[in-house]
Amino acid sequence: MSNGPLQIKAISGHAGPVPGRNTSRDYSVAKLIDVTTCIGCKACEVACLEWNGYPFRETVFDNTYQTMPDLAWNYYNLIRFNEHTAEDGTFSWLMRKDGCMHCADPGCLRACPADGAIVQYTNGIVDFQQDYCIGCQYCVTGCPFNIPRFNSETKKVHKCTLCSDRVGAGLEPACIKACPTGCLHFGSKDDMLELAEKRAKQLREHTSHANAGVYDPAGVGGTHVMYVLHDVTHPEMYGGLPSNPRIPWTVKLWKGPLQWLGALAMVGGVLGTVLHYLRFGPKQVQEEEPEKGERL
Amino acid sequence: MKPILRYTLAERMTHWIAGLTYVYQLLTGLAFYSPHLFWIAIVLGGAPTSRFWHPWIGLVFTLALFWMFRIWRTDMRITGPDRVWQKEISHYIRNEDEDLPSIGRFNIGQKYFYWAMLWCGALLLLSGVVLWFPEKIPWNLRGLRYAAILLHVSAALVSIGAFIIHVYMGTAMVRGGFTSIVRGEVTPAWAKMHHRLWYEKKVAELHSKS
Repeated sequence: MSNGPLQIKAISGHAGPVPGRNTSRDYSVAKLIDVTTCIGCKACEVACLEWNGYPFRETVFDNTYQTMPDLAWNYYNLIRFNEHTAEDGTFSWLMRKDGCMHCADPGCLRACPADGAIVQYTNGIVDFQQDYCIGCQYCVTGCPFNIPRFNSETKKVHKCTLCSDRVGAGLEPACIKACPTGCLHFGSKDDMLELAEKRAKQLREHTSHANAGVYDPAGVGGTHVMYVLHDVTHPEMYGGLPSNPRIPWTVKLWKGPLQWLGALAMVGGVLGTVLHYLRFGPKQVQEEEPEKGERL
Repeated sequence: MKPILRYTLAERMTHWIAGLTYVYQLLTGLAFYSPHLFWIAIVLGGAPTSRFWHPWIGLVFTLALFWMFRIWRTDMRITGPDRVWQKEISHYIRNEDEDLPSIGRFNIGQKYFYWAMLWCGALLLLSGVVLWFPEKIPWNLRGLRYAAILLHVSAALVSIGAFIIHVYMGTAMVRGGFTSIVRGEVTPAWAKMHHRLWYEKKVAELHSKS
């Protein structure tokens, strides 16, 4: 039995190649963001809002292109604009689509205490289930990418779903569909890695970007959203992309050894008191008979 | 001889406000601590409800602790006789109380429990405020959140250890102890056996009054 996705093979009356043709959609999916061909048009932001049914927000103007200041609980997808001056004085204008990276080892999921509030699908998508979210925001602390956002009214946390609803129906995420330059790609993780490496090699060999490379950080087991960067050795210049993202060690300690150590200590404490009682029993006070004539 | 007042009504109320709020914090905290205990939060009205009330009840607990600090900190100062008593603590554990030296209103174990709870309470409050509003902590201060998570669980576990011993001793081991924190009174024999210096002080007070 197969429940393969409805992937388009051919389209009637369609000029040019069929979008997504020849890409295999195996279990493991990935989004590839080639920041070197991003023009910062924000079409992906609009598509994300449209698909998820959120209103467009007021823009702010602070003399930059950053008219949307930050991610929000109802704004999963944000282009970060960064003006960067290199050591040799050359100037570059960097645009990076920021959002959930869908880590293979998700810190949010590890930190979450609520049964069923965060799920990771076999295809790699990490999804928040707001129905089960308790609003503790431990995911905010577990995430090494600063992604989950809290809705203080509903007390629920939200982030990019990688359009799990669309992907489940065999479609690409909404942002991918809207991208006019083709800097966004979607397919199997293997295919996307191959494409990314090819593009990085092209950049290294045919442009001045000698450090071009693929951002698929091993510290979180790899991610299902990857970047091709002009300079993969300095991801920080793309608006705070961490060079070696890791789940905070305190979160690992708390969700790892402290779980069984704490349980052991608590059970041991209770058992200890029971043993003490069995061995020594209670402290009884011998009530003295009042001596004759004694008064206080 | 009539019973001796060991805890005033205000002291007993403070104790029970702290005790009941601690139990709520313990149960909801354990639910957030381990997936195997998450059901506790559901029993207590749902996990989002538990998450909502946990910080507020924690504040009430902290207030009770602060009040305990005000009323008991002089009584809880560790004294010379306490240290002598501590050397003989194995007699206390073995219920050989007749071999123990005399001490005042509280023994050193009670004093350690008091200070452990106060310090744990302070750490739980500090880390708890961070965990209450993690989204308000700027990203470049995220180290605060990482520290708070570890501090909160560590202080909680230490306090749980102290709490287990406290509940055992107050209910099962030291007979008369539980009544004293409910009704406030102990018998003279009880006072003489457990806190002889305090007993003598009380007797002296009574004599000087009459």
